[in-house]
Order: sequence, then structure tokens, then C-alpha cells
Amino acid sequence: MSMKGLLNNYGVWMVAALIILLVPIPFGSGFALSIASQMTIAIVFALAYNMLLGQGGMLSFGHAIFFGLAGYFTIHYLNWMGQGVVSYFPVSLLPLLGGLVSMVLGVLIGLVSTRRAGTTFAMISLGFGEMVTALTLIIVSFFNGEEGIQGDRWVGPEPLGITFGSDVQVYYLAGAWCFAAAVAMYAITRTPFGRMCNAVRDNPERAQFVGYNTQRVRWLAFTLSAFFSGIAGTLHALVFEHVGFETVDIARSGFVLFMVYIGGTGTFLGPVLGAVLITWLTSILSNFTEAWYLYFGIIFVTIVMYAPGGLAGLIFMHEPIWLTDPRLLRRLLWPYALGLASVLVALVGIIGEMEMIYHLSNDITGEFVMNLYGFDISLRNTVPWVICAIIGAIGLALCRKSFPLVAQHWHQVMHEARERVLQ
Amino acid sequence: MAGCVGLSAALCQEGVSVVQVLLFSLFNGLLYGMLLFMLSSGLTLIFSMMGVLNFAHASFFMLGAYFAYEISRLIGFWPALFFAPLGAAVIGAVIERYGLRTVHKFGHVAELLFTFGLAFVIEELVQMIWGKTNKPYLIPSSMDFTLFTWQGLDYSAYRVFMLLTSVGIFVALYWLLTRTRVGLIIQAALSHPQMVGALGHNVPRIFMYTFGFGCGLAAIGGVLGGNVLGTEPAMAIQLGPIVFVVIVIGGLGSLGGALIASIFIGILTNAAVSYDVPFGPFFALFGVSSATDIGNDLVRMTSGSVSSVLPYLIMVLMLILRPRGLFGNRDV
Amino acid sequence: MSAVLELEHLRKNFGATEIIRGVDLTIQAGERHAIIGPNGAGKSTLYNLISGLHEVTSGKIRLRNHDITNRRPFEINRLGLSRSFQVTNIFPRMSVFENVRCGVLWSMGCKYSFWRRVNGNVEVQQRTEEILESIHLADKRHIPASLLPYADQRALEIGITIAGGADVVLLDEPTAGMSHTETARVVALIREISQHKTLVVVEHDMSVVFDLADRISVLVYGEIIASDTPDNIRGNRAVREAYLGTDFV
Ligand SMILES: Nc1ncnc2c1ncn2[C@@H]1O[C@H](COP(=O)(O)OP(=O)(O)O)[C@@H](O)[C@H]1O
Ligand SMILES: [Mg+2]
Repeated sequence: MSMKGLLNNYGVWMVAALIILLVPIPFGSGFALSIASQMTIAIVFALAYNMLLGQGGMLSFGHAIFFGLAGYFTIHYLNWMGQGVVSYFPVSLLPLLGGLVSMVLGVLIGLVSTRRAGTTFAMISLGFGEMVTALTLIIVSFFNGEEGIQGDRWVGPEPLGITFGSDVQVYYLAGAWCFAAAVAMYAITRTPFGRMCNAVRDNPERAQFVGYNTQRVRWLAFTLSAFFSGIAGTLHALVFEHVGFETVDIARSGFVLFMVYIGGTGTFLGPVLGAVLITWLTSILSNFTEAWYLYFGIIFVTIVMYAPGGLAGLIFMHEPIWLTDPRLLRRLLWPYALGLASVLVALVGIIGEMEMIYHLSNDITGEFVMNLYGFDISLRNTVPWVICAIIGAIGLALCRKSFPLVAQHWHQVMHEARERVLQ
Repeated sequence: MAGCVGLSAALCQEGVSVVQVLLFSLFNGLLYGMLLFMLSSGLTLIFSMMGVLNFAHASFFMLGAYFAYEISRLIGFWPALFFAPLGAAVIGAVIERYGLRTVHKFGHVAELLFTFGLAFVIEELVQMIWGKTNKPYLIPSSMDFTLFTWQGLDYSAYRVFMLLTSVGIFVALYWLLTRTRVGLIIQAALSHPQMVGALGHNVPRIFMYTFGFGCGLAAIGGVLGGNVLGTEPAMAIQLGPIVFVVIVIGGLGSLGGALIASIFIGILTNAAVSYDVPFGPFFALFGVSSATDIGNDLVRMTSGSVSSVLPYLIMVLMLILRPRGLFGNRDV
Repeated sequence: MSAVLELEHLRKNFGATEIIRGVDLTIQAGERHAIIGPNGAGKSTLYNLISGLHEVTSGKIRLRNHDITNRRPFEINRLGLSRSFQVTNIFPRMSVFENVRCGVLWSMGCKYSFWRRVNGNVEVQQRTEEILESIHLADKRHIPASLLPYADQRALEIGITIAGGADVVLLDEPTAGMSHTETARVVALIREISQHKTLVVVEHDMSVVFDLADRISVLVYGEIIASDTPDNIRGNRAVREAYLGTDFV
């Protein structure tokens, strides 16, 4: 294969590997590395989840059980190794073991839940998720209730001095597994199974008439997805050296759904985008606001309503344009900037109001003071309420003016691109 | 049998008879079951008519409770019983009109995603407005007394009122469905979901009313149950999954199934808690001893401690043995 | 000649209505068999029973020496029976090429393989190309199926049906809604693909039926009122009264 062909096929993967390799250089602090590790974990989990949702068309509200149970298993295994109860297994390969554990669970649960697709499958997945969450509080010896269990990843021999004691080492472990898992999951989309998975998603009735047992296809997709979710869960356990019931419960299942859907289910890149973006946003937003879950919820609902392809879908909407002539994109720059600015103004006002309401109802000090956008304000004072309301109103008015402008330019540019192609 | 020995031992300690416990758990189970039915009936109606599985259904139950808390603080419980469900129904209809309808063209899974996001947003909004801690939504003082004592157990006036109201609503619903024109249309739609469009009515508007009505029904449950179960932001996510289990067990799209399954789950979970049958003797039969950690967990299990997983276990069994549910006419 | 497909006293009820009322039909190997009958006679329903989409109420269906009554669609397909649909039933979000390849995969032994590259399988690619050629869609291979014109979608429907190499092919109104030239194209296509195969075709266009079929069965209200050669069917009085109309020559 020529160099160019190699680059086309493997270029993206090389860039990805390079990014994973180089991240610790600019982001070497413990905090930054922890975020980076979380991102790699989120990417694996999101891709695994998208195998189900995007590739197989199955919406699960309980997929975190495969993430969390592998995590519990890993911590126990680390502890058993420490106590010498089980034979030594290289820590760097534990994700494989964790993945297999989840896979076995996936086989069992999938047998029951993948008989049907669509909303029924979603409902059953929720039931299984709730069941496991409830069990974590009942079987104390294994799950240890709300406290969860702890372990130490620094066990056994130390080949080449690698102990996974330091943040960098564990980051590279997670990064390497993230890369391998992503490659594997991408490869699976290019197999007969991967194609039939899409076929079953799009038209299950027809798929049966070309020889495929649709339930079997869904079951296999479910099992494979459980396997990769288990890898993610194991990495989580290794990075944090702790797992609790929050790794299996519906909040985590919902969160991975948010990531995948906001990123975009239609492309392989979408979930990666969502995982990175949302992990990053979570880490910074949670410092400033307690209502960030609300904001994620609103973003999610907005995406479901107006951009079902997610962020990746929005980006790839422009593909016909840049394939025709990238210079056409420049004509969209101004309208987009205008639209974005109006949205930002509106958000400043609305978020300000919401933050104040939030603070008002959750104030335990009784003093009703808070810091909003760097200003110390008293909630008893009407001025901040009025100012935020005015900003919000201006923003909304700007949106009403700029959105039609954006749409108009978009249609013009698309039209022109089409004209040029047809010529 | 080992289980019976354990049972009577537990009862002797508390000094109440088997019959008393039975009556008590029947009463409370029926109460809880009727509450579940107020949610599962609305969910079933919405699901059958629109194909929408409303993940946010329990959120309207929660809104009902919070609205009732505010209204009863201002003007009293009785107006709350009327206005809180009305408010929730209007909100539901508005959400259907301006949210769900937009998503309709993307299919049922997209609708489910929408309602899932909605459930999150509602929970967070409730936290934003009413705070994270629970609210003192109390039983109205006019009904806060023991109505009668039977078999040595007290029956509070409010609980009796709850039961009567929910039975009343059930009867009204039954009457509505079997004796009115609207009801006949709904029934036709239930038995032939694909025919809703052919009824010659304004389908989008029917959808809006159906959704609003279902949400209002859930909110009545919230008004009645919020002061007994506790009014807090997590109440929706605690109840929601159980309601889903109920409609799977009852059979998707079957109102009768929803009723039976609601009462069954209600009584079962209540009996499990009040009898609190220890499983130790049962596990001992299989040679499980409390010497090991996991054995200890098993031996210490009681029906009360596992009551939270019971509905899900039954759902799984149902899916394996009878995938269409008790009365379902479509396969799950 | 030997019987390939045999229906025995086949019955099907939907609720209280009996749609198929005791159908007996034998189709010989290599035969081109047409089923005609008025709308709502139960032709598509008959296909749904044979192909395993619906459960039969009573009766038996035999494919060569296999009893396929109430077997599942994919099992029946693997035994070498394939069908098309009256209402176009393709994979709308996939490209034309992918659509046809979905039909090829199982028969080439790909099964549920998730460890081999699908593009790397030369036989699958070749077979897919052949089918694309034969349905004249080779130059539209990259277009998403939902964007194809109607006639091309119908051709794709046939392509998916024959892709797996089944030797018993059931086509449900392949020319419905087509113009004259399109119909001629499809008839030629059917003639081409049905060599060395057993073909059953439901068709409304009588010129197509009499042109194509070796035998014709007439289904009216869920019953076969006649099953014979085209010439005899043309002369059959009952058929003319029930279906063809008196003015049919
Ligand atoms: N799934 C079904 N449920 C109920 N009735 C059906 C179903 N499928 C077909 N029918 C009825 O069976 C009859 C025959 O339909 P069909 O087989 O499509 O006729 P044809 O293909 O001969 O035009 C019609 O009256 C139709 O309404
Ligand atoms: Mg037909």
C-alpha cells in the first residue's frame, strides 16, 4: 500500500495515538491527568454504549451495570491478589478479565432483554438496572452498600518498574486500553456482524428474510457492548481504586446516554466527541454551579428535539459544502458568530436567573448572598434579578433576529454547493 | 416448614397475629397498588394511544405532590386536590404540544429519549425551585385521626380516604371508558392502535388531551400519596421504574392488566415488608452457613430487605415465562 | 418433475375472519407459477404464511422434504426460500450496495462473524457485484436506498430477494405501480433471474402473467378456484366470472 493510502486509512488512528501519548506533556498535573484518564474511560464506555444505541438501535437505561459490576469485580480481584487468595494476574491485563465478566453477564441478561427492540427493550433494561442497584444495597459483603469498596492497584511483580502507582502510569494504561478498545470497536462495525447490526436496526423484519435471526444479532451486539463496557468499568476501578453503587445506578446509565446522544449516535466519532466534551464540562462546571445536571438535561432535550444527529451530526451536515468548496464555509462564519453571540447573551441572562433561584431555594445559611459571574450579590436585592431578566430578554430578542439570518445563509450556501456540483 | 417457624417467631415478638399482619398488609398493599394504578393507567393510555412510553410519568406524580404542597399551604387541601392535577395536566398538554410533537417524526425511541430528558429536567427544576431536601407536605389535619380500629390495628382516616378516592377514580375511569363516546373511541384505539388515525378525529389534539389526562391522573396520585410517601426530588425516580415494571407484568396496553399488576405488586411488596420472612432457614436447607461473608449476607436476608428487588424479579420471571404479560395482547 | 413447495389445507384467521380458507397447492421444481386474484383475496397473506411471517391457523407447508409450517422466517430462508414484499421493504439508510450485500452475507457463510472484515471477503463482493449488474443498479451503488426512484427501489427489492441464491423465489407484485417500459424491464429481469429456479409470482398485470407463467392459480376469497396452464385458465368459466371479467379475451 502506498504511503498516501496508509495515511488515509490509518492517519486518523495515528493522530489519535499521538494525542493519547502526548497529553501528559502539557497536562501533567494530577488533576489534569485525572481528567484525562476519566476521558479515556468515558470514551470506551460511550463507544460501547453506541454499539448498542447507534449501531444496534437499542436504547438502554441500565447499561451502567456492566460498567459497575466489572469495577466491583476488579477491586475484589486486586484485593484477593493482595491477600494471595487468587493467583497473580497482570494488572495491565485486568480490563480483559473485567470485560469477560461483564460479557458473561451480558450473555445472561441479553438472553432475556434482547428478545425485543425499541421501547420495550428500553423498559426491560431499566428494570435490570434497578435490580442490580437494589442488590448493591442488599448483598453487603460484595458491594458494601453506599460506601462501596476500595482496592490497591499496586500489587504483584513490577515488570520494568511499572507499578501503576503514579498518575501518569495509570493514565497510559487507560489510554492504551482506550486506543485498543476503540480500534476493536471500529473494526467490528466493518464486519458482517456490524453490517447486519445496522440492518436489524433499520429494518428488523427484512433482516429475518435474508437469513438472519434478529434476536441473535441483538443479543450478540448486547454481549459485545457489555464486554467493552466492562473494560471501561475496570479502568474506572483501576484509576479510582474505588467503586460504589454510583457506578451501576441509573444516573450513570443516563449520563453515558447523554454523552453519546449529545455527541451524536450516527457516526463513530460522535460518542468520542460527547465523552470528551461532557467529561471536561463536568469537571469545570461542577466547580461553579450545582445546577449543571439541569443544564445537561436541557442541552439533551434540545438536541433530541432539534439536532437528533448530535454535535457530530451538526458538523457532518456541512460535509457537502466542504467537499464542494471549503471557501463557501467562510460565508457562514458571520451568521454563525452572530447566532452564537445571541445565544450566549440569552444564556447569560437565563442561567443567571436560574442560578439565583437555585441558590434561593437551597440556601441553608439564611443570608441569601451568592457569587454570580464574579459579583457578590444579595438575593434580597431586586437589582440582579432585573439585570439578568433584561440581559435574557435582549438575548432572546437577538436570537429571534439572528436565527432566520443563519437559516437563510445556510440555505443559500447549500443551494450554491448543489449548483456547483450539478454543473 | 422452616419458613413458617421463622414467620411465627417473628410475629410472636411483635405480639400481633398472622391475621392482623395479613389484614394490615392487604390494606396498605391495596392502597399502594391503587396509587400505582393511577400512574400505570395513565401510562398505559398514553402508550396505547400514542405509542409513547412516557419516562417522565412519575415526574408528574412528583409535580402533583409539590403543587399540592404549595396550594394546600395557601388555600387548603381540597382545592389542592383539584388544582394540582389540573396544573400538571396543563403542563403535560403543553409539553406534548410544543415538545413531544416535534419529536414524533423521529419515532418512538426518540420520543422515549425526549421524555427521559424531560424527567431529568423536571427533577432538577424541582430541586431548583423547592430545594434538595424534602418538603413538609402533611396530611390535612381534618383527616389526621384514627377512623376505626379493627382486629387491633388502627386505620387512619386519611388512608381510608385515599383508598376511597382512588377506587372512585377507578370507577369513574371505567365509566368513562365503557359508557361515553370518548371512551369508546379510546377503546377502539386501544384494541387497534394502528387505527387511531382512521377514526376521523383530530389526532394531534387527541394526543395532546391524552397526554395531559394521563399526566393529570399521575398528579392525583401525587396529591394523595405525596404526604404519605414523602415529598422530595427523588420521589419520581424511585417510583417511575416500578410503574414500568407494573405495565410490563400486566401486559403492555392492557388497562385491566395494569390494575391487577398494580394491586399485586402493591400487596406483595407490603406483605414482604410487614411479614419480614427471614430467608436464613431456606438458605440453610442448601447448606449455606453464616461462616462466610456472602453466606452471612444470604442468611440474614429477609423478605423485607429484598422487597425492593421483588418487582424486578417478577418482571424477569414474567419475561421468561410469559413475554406478553398477564393480559397483554402484544408480545413484550 | 418433483414438488418443491406443497401447501396442504392451509387456513389462516385474523381474529374471527378467515382469510385463507383451506388452500391446497403444489409447485413443481423449475416451474414459473403465477398467483392471481382480486385485491384482498389473501395472496400476500399466503406469502406471509409460507415465508413464516405469520403463524398458520391450521394446515401444513412443505418445502422439498422439510416441514416448514410455523418455522421462523430466517430458518425458512436458510432452507432456500426467499420472498419479496408488495410494499417495498429495503434498508433505507444503507447504500444500494450494502442493501444487496445484506442479502448475500448469510448464504456466503459469513453468519454472525465479528472478527473478519466484510470488505475483505472477495466472494461476497463479487456476488454482490453480480447481483447489482443483473438488477442494473451497479452505477447507483453508493446512493442511499431511500433516495432511489420507485422503480429502482422495486428492482432493489428483487435484488435483495435473490441475493442469497435461494432456489425458490416468491415475488409479490413486482411490477405494481410501474410504467410500461419499467414493467418490461422488470419482466426481463424476472425471466433472467428465474432460470434454474422455482418462481412464484403474484401479479395483477395479465399480460405479464400470461407471458411469464407456466401455470396459474387463481385465489378468490382465500380459496384456490383454479390451478392450471395459462391456456386452460383463459378458457375457464369460473375464473372468468369470478375474476377476469366477461370482457376479458
Ligand atoms: N395482519 C393482518 N391482520 C388482520 N387482517 C389482515 C392482516 N393481513 C391481511 N389482512 C386481511 O386479509 C385480507 C387479505 O389481504 P392480502 O393478503 O393483503 O390480500 P391481497 O394480497 O390478495 O391483496 C385483507 O382483507 C386484509 O385486510
Ligand atoms: Mg397483496
